Amino acid sequence: MTLTSLSVAFIPLVDAAPLIAAEEMGFAREEGLSLDLVRAPSWSSLRDMLTFGRVEAAHMLSPVPVAMALGIGGVASQISALMVMSVNGTVVGVSNTLAERLGAAGHDFGFDDAACAGEALIRASDGPLRIGVPFPFSMHAELLYYWLAASGLPAPQGVSIRTIPPPLMAEALAADEIDAFCVGEPWGSKSVEAGVGAILLPGRAIWSFAPEKVLAVRTNWAADEPDLTGRLMRAVWKAGRWLGTGGAKTTAAELLSRSDYLDLDPYIIDRAFTGRLVVNQRGEARDCPGLIEFFAGAAHFPWKSQAAWIAAQMAGRLGLEQAPAMDAAQAVFRTDLYRRHLGDAGAILPGASQKTEGGIREGTAVAATNGRLILSENRFFDGRVFDPEGQN
Amino acid sequence: MSSKLSIIVVEPDRERALMIVDSLREAGDNEIHVISEASGLARRISERAPDVVIVDLTSPTRDMIEELTLATSPLDRPVAMFVDQSDDSMTKAAIEAGVSAYVVDDLRPERLRPVMAAAITRFNMFRRMRDELAETKRALEERKVIDRAKGLLMKARGIGEDEAYALLRKSAMDQGKRISEVAASLVTAMDLLS
Repeated sequence: MTLTSLSVAFIPLVDAAPLIAAEEMGFAREEGLSLDLVRAPSWSSLRDMLTFGRVEAAHMLSPVPVAMALGIGGVASQISALMVMSVNGTVVGVSNTLAERLGAAGHDFGFDDAACAGEALIRASDGPLRIGVPFPFSMHAELLYYWLAASGLPAPQGVSIRTIPPPLMAEALAADEIDAFCVGEPWGSKSVEAGVGAILLPGRAIWSFAPEKVLAVRTNWAADEPDLTGRLMRAVWKAGRWLGTGGAKTTAAELLSRSDYLDLDPYIIDRAFTGRLVVNQRGEARDCPGLIEFFAGAAHFPWKSQAAWIAAQMAGRLGLEQAPAMDAAQAVFRTDLYRRHLGDAGAILPGASQKTEGGIREGTAVAATNGRLILSENRFFDGRVFDPEGQN
Repeated sequence: MSSKLSIIVVEPDRERALMIVDSLREAGDNEIHVISEASGLARRISERAPDVVIVDLTSPTRDMIEELTLATSPLDRPVAMFVDQSDDSMTKAAIEAGVSAYVVDDLRPERLRPVMAAAITRFNMFRRMRDELAETKRALEERKVIDRAKGLLMKARGIGEDEAYALLRKSAMDQGKRISEVAASLVTAMDLLS
């Protein structure tokens, strides 16, 4: 069988694993595809490569297609999120100075109480907090704004969130340009390894089911190439199933560590897969089940309510009208293509395409058209519930 | 807007920065400023309120500039676009060359074009230089490993240099591999055995 080659851009992060596994473990080949994985130097370059046709698909921050649909940012273009590639996977870290102050004030660096961590952080900081994130349109930024505002530190008065490329994050922390950061693994663990910071919280402590990365393509490409779109989606879905359900974590960490991909020691990558993070210079570790999720709880389904939540946050912050923003965002999370291309592959299809975000207990069963769908926990740390219907 | 364009070049390497500045000067009477440090990049750029920011597409610091697109309100942004989207071929050429630019929204394409053309030419040259350097390095590495493999064969089998090379070449042809690959596996095998 001759394979059709597709160029796919990625950023070297643990959550690029579904694309890397799709190519390396033969899931792409099963679909007659060969993925030419292009490592991008920055999120803006990755977005431009996709927009201007240098690649067919990309590993994208879930808020980027939303921002583009709203016309915010450097490039406005029609990009579709075909499916979610990973849920959660980010960590919040602080400088050694802040870590010492937090420790002295009795904070235990527990991973399960973001409200307590937020209060402790605000008490420990003198002056406005400066926090680094990888990109202005990112779940990292959204989680921080949400968490700190709800903890009594609204932006921009009390906190300045600025963009710092993850490879420079440790340097910025050491140079006292930032007090804290939120990044995807393995960069949090890397900063601990580099001796410049401590991990305060996993992102999932703020929102326990945050769509982190999506598989993105140009909207007109998906329309022109329905067959390739379906094959690509199935390859990535199967790779996610392998990552999320198998006992192959060591294999996955080894694959990712290769020089073409993350080019890092596998033992640092392992921490995200096993959910056991070393949090500080003393080598203390914390367990975080579900630190990153590739499959369980219909992780792949691009719920329109997820897009609406992102849009509502952005609109509120940037002074855009909320209802049209939410509509535009929902249109780029392509539940229609998910239903069309993944139903036959074995993905469980929810009866509805949107739900409430937050307020969902672990193990909640919901209506599905082809099997039983059990949702994972989906809670905001402050207990709020986002109902896209109620917002309009 | 004054008749001169205000251009910022973000480039940590001094030599490269000077070459870019030179070619931009040739492209017109522009006011050019170089920023070489990543720290506080977005703030430094916004203080100067340039018409154009030119930055290496392969540099991770590009994401820091993206913040400027949000600088005030998104509807009134000072720095707004990735090159000139009305000119698709120039955009593609820029991406190929590895150059990206942010320009103010109301900058006319005919004013931007000579600047971008000059930057693209210069970045293409950088890319060629980088490719050549990588190629030379690889060739040198390969020669080193082939020489070592030849030496090992000469010693192990008591043959001359030409014969050792012929043996490597034949083995490579038989296996459908490059001579350097066969040489590298021989060297690795010998390291393991010794």
